[in-house]
Amino acid sequence: MIVGEQKPIEEIKEIVAPYKNILILGCGTCVKTCFAGGEDEVAVLTSALRLAFKKDGHKINIEEHTVERQCEDEFIHEAAEAVARNDATLSLACGAGVQAVARRFVKAPILPGVNTTFMGVLEKQGLFTEECSGCGNCELDIFGAVCPFTRCAKKLLNGPCGGSQEGKCEVNSETDCAWHLIIERLTALGQLDNLRTYISPKNWSPSLSGGPRKLVREDQVI
Amino acid sequence: MSTQSPGRLEKILSSGGFAVTAECGPPRGASADVVRKKGELLKGLVDAVNVTDNQTAIVRMSSISASTHLLQMGLEPVMQMVTRDRNRIALQSDILGAYSLGIRNILCLTGDHQSFGSQPDAMNVFDIDSMNLIRMVLTMRSEGRDMSGFELNVPPRMFIGAAANPFADPFEYRVIRLAKKIDAGADFIQTQCVYNMDRFKEWMRLAREEGLTEKVHILAGITPLKSAGMARYMDRRVAGMDVPEAIIKRMAGVAKDQAIEEGLKICLETIAELREVDGVHGIHIMAIEWEEIVGRIVEEAGLLPRP
Repeated sequence: MIVGEQKPIEEIKEIVAPYKNILILGCGTCVKTCFAGGEDEVAVLTSALRLAFKKDGHKINIEEHTVERQCEDEFIHEAAEAVARNDATLSLACGAGVQAVARRFVKAPILPGVNTTFMGVLEKQGLFTEECSGCGNCELDIFGAVCPFTRCAKKLLNGPCGGSQEGKCEVNSETDCAWHLIIERLTALGQLDNLRTYISPKNWSPSLSGGPRKLVREDQVI
Repeated sequence: MSTQSPGRLEKILSSGGFAVTAECGPPRGASADVVRKKGELLKGLVDAVNVTDNQTAIVRMSSISASTHLLQMGLEPVMQMVTRDRNRIALQSDILGAYSLGIRNILCLTGDHQSFGSQPDAMNVFDIDSMNLIRMVLTMRSEGRDMSGFELNVPPRMFIGAAANPFADPFEYRVIRLAKKIDAGADFIQTQCVYNMDRFKEWMRLAREEGLTEKVHILAGITPLKSAGMARYMDRRVAGMDVPEAIIKRMAGVAKDQAIEEGLKICLETIAELREVDGVHGIHIMAIEWEEIVGRIVEEAGLLPRP
């Protein structure tokens, strides 16, 4: 899923300060699961903002609304009236959601309330880890299903650097060394010989590096 | 492993000599004089000088230009090149440029992560890794083509170096990685600083068993210690460095004003022991911002005059 983190309240205050009537628009899919922008977070943020602005003696009206997904028109439409009623909308969706909402409401300022961080996994309650960077050219079969392009800080594809210690990354001792995990997996699978194979430079053209991507499913297009 | 137009380092290694290289870190400024001063301290004492490429991710004069300054003084540079800051297009272009300037040796590295440097906000590149860089330089040299397959009118015939860290985790993988670098095209290897001689010898034994020492020239890394504090810092804080407790204690066991002499003694003992290790074809002295000491090390180790 897409993992995001709500922006600090001070930053959100600055972003919405120019407006009198704002809508806080939640998204009920990914950002709900990672506690950044679901219905509950919308409610908490609304109260916090009201309090903060009241303390500053600043008048602001806040309306709350949450849709199932901000990245699909079908759900965005449900928020149309609320968006129209307010001077600006603070979206608590990921960056894709913010943009999808913005292009439906040409004259309404749509503002980001969440920092979209990565595509990841819920490792355990409250802990999310980045595992995929959407390179468009998956090679997990070679690497024992651990992605070095995403999980190695130096994107090494031919084995570990010389800096990892006790299975942890030299860049952050809290992060597992991807190559340590790859070697563990390949050992368990009896495929350690994969490590001897030279891996050619990655073709980055299907990634964001080749420009913004589009996926067309002809069989689904109406 | 011939480049057809060998530099001094290649000639010495291919004729079975024991090579000595040192390191020169370019300045954090645009002064060629700083490079020349460092060059003067090394001239005639070593066979080639490694010029680092924005080491520890701190902005310094480019490796190509500092290498060129040394070249103009009659020193032979080993241009270090990291994949952190340049994509494959820029790397190939700079290799062509470096060769056109007379640079004949390259050390292919991935480079320290930018988070360790002075500008952690920077975006990194890592389009390719050090293994790919080695293969790229080999392809340019032996096939005379760039990565797109385009024929180069004058191929850069670089003598190709790579780094190896015998002390890093996981140990069992270290020799496999060395083999991969040799297969990719490395002619010579410069290792991480050797303090843990037992582990280094074990790594060399495994390398010999795989026949790797027949295929590549291994230059063992040497860094003179200045103090017990430095030894401890390197062991604990520098990623991939292994300084055994016995060495730290030895440095701590002498009076402060004797620490440099003790460090030098350790250095000379290490060099003497390395010269006896089958497959070690030279040493690489990394006296970080302490080029003055290189002359004493080389002289007292009995490695003068250089060929």
